[in-house]
Amino acid sequence: MFDGFLTILVFSPAVIALSLLITNKIFNSETIIRNISIFGSVFTFVFSLVAFLNYDTDLGGIQFVDYYENWIPLNSLKTSYLLGIDGLSAPLVLLTGLLGMISVLASWRVNIRITEYYFWLLLLQSAVLGVFTSLDMILFFVFFEFELIPMFMLISIWGSGRSHYSAMKFVLFTAMGGVFLLIGILIIYMSDPITSMAMVSVPSVGIDQGIPDMIAGYNLIAPTVLVFILFLIAFLVKLPVWPLHNWLPDAHTDAPTAVSIMLAGVLLKMAGYGLLRINVGFFQETNDFTIMSAAPYLATLAAISTIYGAIVTIRQTDMKRLIAFSSVSHMGYVLLGISIFSYNIGNGVVIAGMSGAALQMFTHGTITGLAFLVIGLIYDRTHTRYIPHLGGLWKKTPIISVFFLLAGFASLGLPGTSGFISEIMIFISTFKVWPIQTTVAAFGIVLAAGYSLWMIQRVIFGNVPSKGGLSKKNYDSLEDANWKDIIPLVSLVIPILMLGIWPKLLVDIFEKGISSVIR
Amino acid sequence: MFDSDIPVYLIILSPIISFLVNSIFIRIFFGTNSKISGLLTIFTISISFLFSLLALYHVNSNGNYEYDSRLWFSYGSFEIGFGILLDQLTAIMLVVVSGVSLLVQIYSIGYMKNDISYVRYYAYMSLFTASMLGLVTSRNLVQLFVFWELVGVTSYLLIGFWMNRPSAAKAAKKAFLMTRFGDFGFLFGIMYLASKNPEWLDIPTLYNAVHLPDFTHTVATIFSIALLAGAVGKSAQFPLHSWLPDAMEGPTSVSALIHSATMVTAGVFLIARIFPIISLSDESQIILSFIGAFTVIFAASMALVSNDIKRVLAYSTVSQLGYMMLALGIGAYGPAIFHLLTHAFFKAALFLGSGSLHHSTGTFNLKYMGGMKKIMPVTYWSMLIGSLSLAGIFPLSGFWSKDEILSSLFNDFSFLSPNSILFFLAIIGVFMTSFYMFRAIFLAFDGEFRGGGTQEKKDLKKKGLVIPETLEDVHKSEAPKVMLIPVLILVFFAIFLGFFVNPVFDIPLISKHWFSNLLFQNVPVFGDNVHHTDFKFLIAIISSIIAIIGIMLAWAIYIKGYVSLPKNSFIINKLKILLDKKYFFDEIYEDKLVNSFLYNRLFKITEVLDLKFLDNINIYLGKFTLKIGQLLSIGQTGYLQFYAGGMILGVIILLCGIVLWNF
Repeated sequence: MFDGFLTILVFSPAVIALSLLITNKIFNSETIIRNISIFGSVFTFVFSLVAFLNYDTDLGGIQFVDYYENWIPLNSLKTSYLLGIDGLSAPLVLLTGLLGMISVLASWRVNIRITEYYFWLLLLQSAVLGVFTSLDMILFFVFFEFELIPMFMLISIWGSGRSHYSAMKFVLFTAMGGVFLLIGILIIYMSDPITSMAMVSVPSVGIDQGIPDMIAGYNLIAPTVLVFILFLIAFLVKLPVWPLHNWLPDAHTDAPTAVSIMLAGVLLKMAGYGLLRINVGFFQETNDFTIMSAAPYLATLAAISTIYGAIVTIRQTDMKRLIAFSSVSHMGYVLLGISIFSYNIGNGVVIAGMSGAALQMFTHGTITGLAFLVIGLIYDRTHTRYIPHLGGLWKKTPIISVFFLLAGFASLGLPGTSGFISEIMIFISTFKVWPIQTTVAAFGIVLAAGYSLWMIQRVIFGNVPSKGGLSKKNYDSLEDANWKDIIPLVSLVIPILMLGIWPKLLVDIFEKGISSVIR
Repeated sequence: MFDSDIPVYLIILSPIISFLVNSIFIRIFFGTNSKISGLLTIFTISISFLFSLLALYHVNSNGNYEYDSRLWFSYGSFEIGFGILLDQLTAIMLVVVSGVSLLVQIYSIGYMKNDISYVRYYAYMSLFTASMLGLVTSRNLVQLFVFWELVGVTSYLLIGFWMNRPSAAKAAKKAFLMTRFGDFGFLFGIMYLASKNPEWLDIPTLYNAVHLPDFTHTVATIFSIALLAGAVGKSAQFPLHSWLPDAMEGPTSVSALIHSATMVTAGVFLIARIFPIISLSDESQIILSFIGAFTVIFAASMALVSNDIKRVLAYSTVSQLGYMMLALGIGAYGPAIFHLLTHAFFKAALFLGSGSLHHSTGTFNLKYMGGMKKIMPVTYWSMLIGSLSLAGIFPLSGFWSKDEILSSLFNDFSFLSPNSILFFLAIIGVFMTSFYMFRAIFLAFDGEFRGGGTQEKKDLKKKGLVIPETLEDVHKSEAPKVMLIPVLILVFFAIFLGFFVNPVFDIPLISKHWFSNLLFQNVPVFGDNVHHTDFKFLIAIISSIIAIIGIMLAWAIYIKGYVSLPKNSFIINKLKILLDKKYFFDEIYEDKLVNSFLYNRLFKITEVLDLKFLDNINIYLGKFTLKIGQLLSIGQTGYLQFYAGGMILGVIILLCGIVLWNF
C-alpha cells in the first residue's frame, strides 16, 4: 500500500528547498524566494492539518501508511520504507507543520544569505516530519540524525552571540546521543528474533509484528537493560533532562528567532516522542527487564529537572536564555508523565498521565514558540534581550505587550491556556504513584509564576530604566507590531486558548495513540 | 426557570461577553477610552445581578439545585467534569458578587472618567466578575481551581492597572505570587484527593463520600489542611497576609470590589464549600480557628498606626476575614457567611468613600486630610455609618453578624478552653476595630484641613523623597452623583441588611433567622443536624460596650487630645516601629528569604553550578578527547622508516604473544 500522502508531506519542504536554489539562479529575486518559502510552508501546514483532521480516531492504529519493502535493494537488510501516523504522532506532525509555517513567516526580517536560510529551514522541517512519521527504525534514525545538518548551519550562520560555539555544542551533544541510539538500534537489529525493523505492527500492509512483539519474551544479544539505557540516554540528552541539558540554553539563545521556535517547539519533542515510542513501546514484555524498574529513577530525574530548571530560569537576565531554561523545567513534566508507565493503578490513570505528557509536548511547543516569537519582535525593535535594560514597553507597544503577557501567563500554566490542562493531568495521575516527586515537581508552578511574572514586570511594566535602557528618542520611535508580525502571533495564540478551553480536541487522539503504545 | 442550568451559565457568560466586546471590538473601533465600555459592562452585570436574584429566590423556595455534570475532558475512565452547583451558599454569593460589582461599576464611571485606559479597566472588571461568578458556581474542584486562578490573574491585572508605576507592577506580582504559593496547597489537595478517588473531585459526590468508610480521618485532615493553605493565601490570612495592603496600589474601585468584598472572600467561600470535610477533622478546625483569631488582632494592630486610609481599610479587611475564618473553624457556618455578606457591603462603602476622599484631597494620607466633614457631608455620613457598622454598633448590619460569631464562641464557654482563648482574641479585635476605624474617621473628617496632596507633595520634595504618582492636587469638592449614589446604596445595606436578613424575632414578611435557616436548608452539607446560634443579650452588651470604649478612646486622643501617648517611652516607640514596619514581614519575606537567601544564595549556587561545574565537565571532556588525539598524533611522523619499524615491532609483539599463549 502506498498512497503517498505522507511522502508528499514529508518531502515537499525539501523539494521546495531545492527549488529555491534553482529559482535563485534564474531570478535572483528576494521577494520570489520569500514567497516560494512561504508557499511551501503554508502548503506543508495545510497538508499536516489535513492529515491530522483525516486521522480516524474511532478506528485508531496506524493510518496513511506508505510502505515500500525494498527501500534499499538488498534482501538481507531488514529495513523498509515505512511511513505512517497514529494518535501519538498525528498531533506532533500538525505541530511541526504549524511551527514550520510560523518560523518561515517570522523570518521576514532575515536579510543575509536569504536563499540558503530558507533552504536550510525548509530542509529542517522535512527532517523533523520524517522523524515523526517514519515507523522503520533505520529510517527513523536517518531522519533523526539528518536534522543536525540544517540546525548546525542555521545556528552558526544566522545566529547571534557565540553562535559557532553553540552550534558545535548542540551538534556534539545530539550526535553523541545519536551514537547511543545507533548502538541500541544495532543490538536490536542483530538479535535473533528480529525479522524487520518496523517499530510497530502494521497489519494493513502485512507487517504483523513490530519490534515490540518480536522482542517480547526473547533475549537480545546484549542485556536488555543496556539497550534500554542506550535509548534512554539518546532521548534524555535531546529532551533535555538535568544534567544533560547544557547544550540547550546556548543553542536556544544564539539561534535566530525562527530556529529557536523550531528547536524548542518541535526538536525537543522528537525526544519525548522517542521515549514514548521506543523506550515505553519496546520494553514492556522483554525477558529480563521491564521499564517498571527504571520508573522511579525517571520520576526523580523529572522532579529534579523541573525544579532545577525553574530555579536557574529565575536567575536569567537574557530573555531567550530565560525561556530556554524554562523549557528544561517544562520538559521535566513530560518525563514525569511518562514515568508512571505500566503501574498497576488502573489503565485510565496511566493513560491520563502519559497523554498528559504528550499534550504537554504539544502545548510547550506552541507556548514556547509564542514566547520566542514575541522576544524576537522585542529584540528587533530594542536590539537588546538583556532584561535590566528593558522596561515600560506597554506604553509604546501595547500589541506586542499583550502577546508577551499571554505568553507569560501560558508559560506559568494559567487555566484557560493549554499548559494548565497538561500539567494538571500529569500531576493528578502521577501523584498516585510518585507522591513525593510529583509534589516537588508541582512546586514548579510557583517558581514558574515567579520567573514569568518577574520578567513581565521588568520588561513591559514600569518605565525604561535610566541606566543602560533605551534613550528617549529610541523609546519614542518604537513601532508596535504590524500585520506581518501579528499573523504568526495569532496563529499560535489560537491553539493555546482553544486547547485550554476545549482540550478534547487533542486529548482524544492522544489517548488513542497512547493506549496503542502501552497496549 | 432554574430547572435547567442555562440561566446560571447566563449569569457567568454575560460579563464574559462584555469582556470580549470591550477588549476586542470597542478597543479597536472606538479607542482606549470609549465611554460605551462602561455602559456595556454595567448592562451585562445588571443581567447577571437580575438572574442572581432570581436564583436566590428559586433556591429559597425550592432548595438547592444540582445539575448534571458535563464532561470537560477525559482520558480513558478518568474524567474531569464541569457543571453548576446552585445551592444556598452559591445563591448568596452570586447576589453579593454581582450586586457589589454592579455598584462598583457605576461608581467607576465617575472615578475612572479621566483615565486613558478606560476600556481596559472595564474589560478587566468584566473578566473578574465573570471569573468570580464562575468560582462560586463551580461543582468540580478542578473547575473551581480554574476560576480560582482566573480571579487571581484578573486581580493581578487590576492591581497593576497603572502598570507604569513600578510600585503597582511590583505589588501585582507580589499578590499573584503569594496567593499562588497558597494555591500550591490547593493543587496538592486536588492531587491528593484524586489519588484516593478521582470521582471525589465532584463536590456533590464528595459530600456523599464523607459518610463512606474509605473517607478516613487522615484523608479529611490532609485534604482540608491543603485547601486551607489555598484559602489562607487568597483571603490574606497570616502568614500569607502581606500582599493585600500592597494590593492597594490598584484603583480604589478595584480595592472595593476585589480586595474587600469579593475575591478575598473566596478563601472563606472555599472553606465553606468543603465544610463537611473540614468538620470531620478536629486538627484542621483548630488550625483554622487559631489562624483566623490570630489574624484578627494581628492585622488590626497594624491598622492602628497606618496613616494611609486605604491600608487601614485593607488591614481591616484582613482582620474581618479572620473573623469569618475563626467562625468556620468553630463550626459556625451561618455566622461566618452572614458576616461575609454584611462585611461585603459596609467595607465596599468604606472603600468607595475613601476613593471619593482621594478625589477631593488628592491623597490617601490621613496626616494631610482633616476637616473634610464640611466639604463632603454625604461622604462623611456614609463613611461614618460604614465605620459604625464595622465596629459593630447596634442596630447596624455589622452588629448582628459580629454578634453571632461572638455568641457561637461563647456557646460552651469554660475557662482556658480553646474557645475561651478564641473568644478573648475576638473581643480584643472588637476593641481594636472600633479604635482604628474611628481614628481614621476623626483624622480625615474632623479638625482643620492639613493641605491634602498639594501639601504632601511639597513636604516630600523638601525632604528630597520620591513623589508617589497617587498624589494629586486638592479639589475640595463633594464627589459627583454617579459616585455618591452607589455609596449610598451600599450604606443603606450597611444599615439595614443585618437585621432584616437575619432578624432575631419574626417580623412581617421575614421569618426569624431567615438567613441562617436558608443556609441550613443545604441538606448535602448539613444533613439534619442544624444548630442555630441564638441571640445572646449578654454578649451583645459586652461587645457594644467594648466597641464604644474604642470609639471614645479614639475621640479622646484624636479630637479632644485628652489622652496622648507618652512621647519618649522606650516600649511605645519600639512598638510603633514594629507596627509601622508591619512586624518586618516584608523584610523577612522579600529581603531576607526571597532576595538574600533564595535569589542570591541558593539559586545563585545552582546557577553557578550549572555554568561552572556542568559546563566545565563538557569542556574537559572535549579537552580530554583533544589531548588523546594529540598524544596519538605523535606517532604520525610521516617517516616511512618509522612506520616500517613500528610494523616490525608490532609483528614481533604479536608473535611473542602467540608463542606465550600456546606455551
